[in-house]
Amino acid sequence: MNRGPDEPMKARIELTVNGERREALVPVHKTLLEVLREDLDLTGTKHGCELGECGTCTVLVDGEPVLSCLALPAELEGREILTVEGLAQGGRLHPLQRAFAELGAAQCGYCTPGILLVARALLEATPVPTREQVRVALAGNICRCTGYTKILDAVELAALRMAGRTPVATAAAGSAR
Amino acid sequence: MMRLPPFLYVSPRTVAEAAKAVAEAGPGGMLVAGGTDLYPNMKRRQFEPTTLVGLAAVRELRGVRGSAREGVTLGATTILSAVATHPDLLRHYPALATAAGLVSSPQLRNMGTLGGNVCVDTRCNYYNQPYPWRKAVGFCMKKDGDICLVAPGSRRCWAVSSSDTAPVLWSLGARVRLVSASGERTIPIDALFRDDGIEYLAKRPDEILTEIVLPPAEGWASTYLKLRRRGSFDFPELGVAVALRLEDATVAQARIVLGAVASQPRPATKAARALVGQRLTPDVIAHVADLAAGPARPLDNTDFTHPYRKKMTRVFVARALGRLAGLERAGRDEEELA
Ligand SMILES: Cc1cc2nc3c(=O)[nH]c(=O)nc-3n(C[C@H](O)[C@H](O)[C@H](O)COP(=O)(O)OP(=O)(O)OC[C@H]3O[C@@H](n4cnc5c(N)ncnc54)[C@H](O)[C@@H]3O)c2cc1C
Ligand code: SF4
Ligand code: FES
Ligand code: FES
Repeated sequence: MNRGPDEPMKARIELTVNGERREALVPVHKTLLEVLREDLDLTGTKHGCELGECGTCTVLVDGEPVLSCLALPAELEGREILTVEGLAQGGRLHPLQRAFAELGAAQCGYCTPGILLVARALLEATPVPTREQVRVALAGNICRCTGYTKILDAVELAALRMAGRTPVATAAAGSAR
Repeated sequence: MMRLPPFLYVSPRTVAEAAKAVAEAGPGGMLVAGGTDLYPNMKRRQFEPTTLVGLAAVRELRGVRGSAREGVTLGATTILSAVATHPDLLRHYPALATAAGLVSSPQLRNMGTLGGNVCVDTRCNYYNQPYPWRKAVGFCMKKDGDICLVAPGSRRCWAVSSSDTAPVLWSLGARVRLVSASGERTIPIDALFRDDGIEYLAKRPDEILTEIVLPPAEGWASTYLKLRRRGSFDFPELGVAVALRLEDATVAQARIVLGAVASQPRPATKAARALVGQRLTPDVIAHVADLAAGPARPLDNTDFTHPYRKKMTRVFVARALGRLAGLERAGRDEEELA
């Protein structure tokens, strides 16, 4: 930690983001959202309300969804942070990302990174959730475009595929329960 | 971007270190646990601390121990999602698990702590606004100004106590442990609150809330109902916490505490007294619900009209008692969407 007379206190922080160790020298009052976007060039995490009221800035910390707009990096050293950039593996989209694209579960797409991460945490804990469980899990993510139905459909489709119960045709998948 | 104002950040590892750090920080120092209340407030410049003492790394403050038989002790920085899903709490202190599970959103419950929820700032439509909004309308006495915009002749602030768990903990007879560099004390939670929108806590700023101690639960039943517009995100516009001890279907002890109707949780003492010695019949419930609405004096400074919130106090108290009497089905309508 070092600090000049009128400079904000800075700290060298070491974060594990998407499996990589990243270092940055940042003012301690910068939120994780700001550091991800402005210092680590990870702009997949979106900023909406910046006050905890929308969920678009959600990232996973040790697998659990938290709001990056209200998290301080200084408190997250040693924890595993996953952002939307870390979902695809080796150039292959995550099944959730594929299902969202196929079903048109994103319109403007602004809410999508946060929703994908919450859905991924849900499927980790509950591989084939009921629609109600998906709804409850996504109660902290606001979407202004879609009306949510396709989002719920896409999470269910991805869950079925990941569980090896693959509905064949995408067209039919929208109503697969 | 709406950014935090700069501050020094200290991250102690023990309660003793934390107590020392707040004492050293002086009047510009503040404690922060999950930050889900304080950081939005700081972004709106409702608080501008020079030093923040973070409690996140203080391990001894986290976790739940004890049993329904001896009583349960909850560390202040236990996150709300842990409180909401804890099997012993769900079983023996169901009102507390319910209230914790109804706070804001899933993500916020993964960050926000029980201690932070007890100490959460009071709220008002004229206060929970960004700095430029407050400046344009004219500052009020809670921050930067000297009048009240809700009750202009008033000398005090009427901002609303908006914690979901505080009325429940009060109804359960919880005690809180406060530790500072100069000593420690344990007080009943009802003595922690003051009926003032600005000085809403009767603790010194350098006192750390370390533990919440629940008395034994044996023989007690409890429930919590919350009124808000949306089924997620929203603070309570009314909270109703009821705890009863029944002996052979007759009420032996009762506590009813209302949330979001004043600057502190408000006990409905007369109503609770009227329950003792009674069976929970529909007539008794209707009478008690009328009495309970008495102490609810909501003002026009939150969501919904205040006459509606007052009216709903009666409805919710009746519903809560009906639930404990087994007359009403428990279910997902824990929160009432208006
Ligand atoms: C969109 C949104 C919706 C919300 N909805 C609700 C809701 O429905 N119901 C509700 O009750 N709350 C709600 N909240 C408020 C908040 O998320 C919760 O009250 C949460 O439990 C606060 O805990 P925290 O640990 O994040 O507190 P912090 O923000 O860390 O602290 C809150 C206050 O308590 C003090 N404090 C914290 N811990 C201690 C301690 N151990 N000792 C002494 N002082 C301490 C801090 O100094 C600060 O003044 C909401 C917040 C947001 C942003
Ligand atoms: S009740 Fe009055 S003084 Fe208090 S926050 Fe609201 S407008 Fe300000
Ligand atoms: S940007 Fe974080 S919740 Fe809206
Ligand atoms: S797709 Fe636009 S906000 Fe959800």
